Amino acid sequence: MRKSTNQKAWWLVAPVLLLVAFNAFIPLMTVVNYSLQETFGDNVFFWEGVTWFEQVLRSERFHASLLRQLLFTSMILAIEVPLGIAVALSMPRKGPWVSVCLVLMALPLLIPWNVVGAMWNIFALPDIGLLGYSLNSMGFDYNFTQQPVSAWMTTVVMDVWHWTSLIVLLCYAGLCSIPDAYYQAARIDGATGWAVFRYIQLPKMKRVLTIAILLRFMDSFMIYTEPFVLTGGGPGNTTTFLSIDLVKIALGQFDLGPAAAMSLIYFLVVLLICWVFYTLMMRNEAQ
Amino acid sequence: MNKKWILPTLYILFLMLPIYGLLTMSFKTTNEILGGFSFFPQQFTLANYTKIFTDPTWYNGYINSLIYVVINTVISVSVALPAAYAFSRYRFLGDKHLFFWLLTNRMAPPAVFALPFFQLYSAIELFDTHFAVALAHCLFNIPLAVWILEGFMSGIPKELDETAYLDGYSFWRFFLRIFVPTIAAGIGVAAFFCFMYSWVELLLAKTLTSVDAKPIAATMTRTASTSGYELGLLAAAGSLTIIPGAIVIYFVRNYIAKGFALGRV
Amino acid sequence: MSRIEFKDVRHAYPQPAGQPQEYALKEVNQVWENGGAYALLGPSGCGKTTLLNIISGLLTPSEGSILFNHDDVTRLPTAERHIAQVFQFPVVYDTMTVFDNLAFPLRNRHMPEARVKERVTEIAEMLDLSGRLHQRAAGLTADGKQKISLGRGLVREDVNAILFDEPLTVIDPHLKWQLRSKLKELHQQLGVTMIYVTHDQVEALTFADKVVVMHDGTVVQVGTPVELFSRPSHTFVGYFIGSPGMNVLPCSIENGHPVFANNLLSSGYRADTDLSGKLEIGIRPEFVSFSDDGIPVAIEKIEDLGRYQVVTVRHESEQIKMLISEDEPIPAESPMISFDPDNLRIYCDDWAVETGDA
Repeated sequence: MRKSTNQKAWWLVAPVLLLVAFNAFIPLMTVVNYSLQETFGDNVFFWEGVTWFEQVLRSERFHASLLRQLLFTSMILAIEVPLGIAVALSMPRKGPWVSVCLVLMALPLLIPWNVVGAMWNIFALPDIGLLGYSLNSMGFDYNFTQQPVSAWMTTVVMDVWHWTSLIVLLCYAGLCSIPDAYYQAARIDGATGWAVFRYIQLPKMKRVLTIAILLRFMDSFMIYTEPFVLTGGGPGNTTTFLSIDLVKIALGQFDLGPAAAMSLIYFLVVLLICWVFYTLMMRNEAQ
Repeated sequence: MNKKWILPTLYILFLMLPIYGLLTMSFKTTNEILGGFSFFPQQFTLANYTKIFTDPTWYNGYINSLIYVVINTVISVSVALPAAYAFSRYRFLGDKHLFFWLLTNRMAPPAVFALPFFQLYSAIELFDTHFAVALAHCLFNIPLAVWILEGFMSGIPKELDETAYLDGYSFWRFFLRIFVPTIAAGIGVAAFFCFMYSWVELLLAKTLTSVDAKPIAATMTRTASTSGYELGLLAAAGSLTIIPGAIVIYFVRNYIAKGFALGRV
Repeated sequence: MSRIEFKDVRHAYPQPAGQPQEYALKEVNQVWENGGAYALLGPSGCGKTTLLNIISGLLTPSEGSILFNHDDVTRLPTAERHIAQVFQFPVVYDTMTVFDNLAFPLRNRHMPEARVKERVTEIAEMLDLSGRLHQRAAGLTADGKQKISLGRGLVREDVNAILFDEPLTVIDPHLKWQLRSKLKELHQQLGVTMIYVTHDQVEALTFADKVVVMHDGTVVQVGTPVELFSRPSHTFVGYFIGSPGMNVLPCSIENGHPVFANNLLSSGYRADTDLSGKLEIGIRPEFVSFSDDGIPVAIEKIEDLGRYQVVTVRHESEQIKMLISEDEPIPAESPMISFDPDNLRIYCDDWAVETGDA
């Protein structure tokens, strides 16, 4: 859209700016403060410089939770993206079932995150939950509160359950925007099902798929509530992801310095992904 | 011949199973739950729901959640409207940076902000009020609303504005009388998403409240950890939190993708 | 190349439960001769696109059969019918270059790459796309994309017919003419059957040797542009072709001659007196003139079109349009009009009464 230059537009943006800045700048400055100083309470601070940053970046604990985080994020992407595309491709394009599918699939997205955790906790309880009971009676040795592998699997499956629909819905929206003529032309050109996917559906889905993957990447990178309620980060530290670790350090141990430094590092990573997201999106829009 | 329906059906079945597990458990007595697994409730009971609707610590949780969610939605959408209009119609100094900066707040990890938020809202004496949570959720909901609304507004030709100004409308009269009704669908979608994100967020809501404004989600986690195994009650409370989403979802079903993609689809 | 024949073809789209079946195509019997240039003309929703999609096999008709050179192809899948089709909105594969787009149908049919290259180069030459073969197809303008769609059809040596579904809709006006001449040129060069769907009579009349006029799911007339103009066999054809369209007026028949407004009109041919049904006369505005005696009318409107003027007159409740040259005087008082008997036609229930020339 052609836009006209108008500096008065700032007045329209001002309330948003004010409210968001209040929530963003003040806490961020607090975090920066903590990250550079040491405090023993009573508002007494000692300058620490970048000590906390060095400590965090060197600490094995941070490395471990970052590694777990990356592993988790790549696992859920590796499952959710292909599954989401496959479901979107096989969904009906018109008819009464469309609304039913859309509503049922969107349901997990709208459940409070702690309820998702609680629901899966109940679902996976080894002796009395539907999933846990079924797995155990089928002969699998499954107990997510004791075994790291079970805990990991449950966390990943829970995230797949919770968020795959986002990818389905976005891809489906992309697919629906392809005019019939493209499919007709492909039939006339003698294209195979694979060629239709590769040369028509995938290119048309590219835009929404980029958005979906980046959103999933970012949201899974910040995941806290669901695994916290499900496993509490355990057994041991095996499902302690970045956010969980951060809250443990900040609120559990009250190690404000390292927590703040970690927050900032974390925030920078998110910012970087955010920038990639923004650039790709704006380039898409320019086309 | 056409076997395409199998995959979506299996997928939906997979989605429904845990919900089914939750629902059945909410209709079971504690004894039955702890006694072992059963696919259907053997002694069907509504006791868990009765408890929630009669015990103030429970139903207040719902009321608290609803209050701050509604306040937040109203604030977010009403300040986002003019801002989104500015982004979709005008070029101004720093507009692109501002738009990006808003996005970074939508993406900010709540864990980073939990402690500073606690200190900030304690300092301005809003701790444990509905307003604190409503304001804190503005951090990600305003950017969300701005982005979604901008997406909808960009789809409306600028000629609409120009015609109205030529007809002698002032900016605000045009904006409220013509523009807002035109993007009613967009406003509905933005409101829906603000509502949802505020409803599902727990970390900040829990950090900023203790008693008077405690959200249902916090009540639940506290029950889970303190009162041992009242699983039936927990399941019933959980089942009830699904309802608000389930009710409105039908009306926005064709816009879900657009909303989640921040208006970019 | 082949001759395409429709035998009793009818088609109804599936309706939501509870609604009556409606035929989008009501019984079509039609032969498309090998190498002909046909235009399929009709208003939106008359079944043109349905008919086209039945030829290409994108739709299977509910009833009837389609023959290519006397072979029944009704159930044959699209890819095996060797039909090319160009759609209203250009379809190109965005991620491919122009070359890959043109090569796509050949590669799908596993043609050796050397031969692919040869064909693509040849067709690109024909369509003036040679210079852009290695550009991304997505970057081309609408007319360039439409040429690619056409080219994907032409590269195949075995095409039975090329179908066009309002292909110029999104093309700039000054390029429309160019592209249309290109099509005409290709038709003469290749001699392949072309069927061109449009709702624009100018497009249809300039492109085609034969125009097939459709109305409400049926073919109402097939003929050369001149035939359609001078001998419309259905009131719809008279109305749809020509500008302004034919005047259709209620009449009765006395002694084999039509009577309109108490005027016994002489017509070029005699009609049977015992016709039953809705009787009408059709007269084109070109053949209505002012005269000293005839049907009294009131003048409603005069539009000046330069060399011509369109005069709208009224007799009681009937409106009649006339096309007269710009210098012809318009009578000021009690004007009367008459119809040219040689170009007066009689219609019974909308169909022309064919009794032969008297």
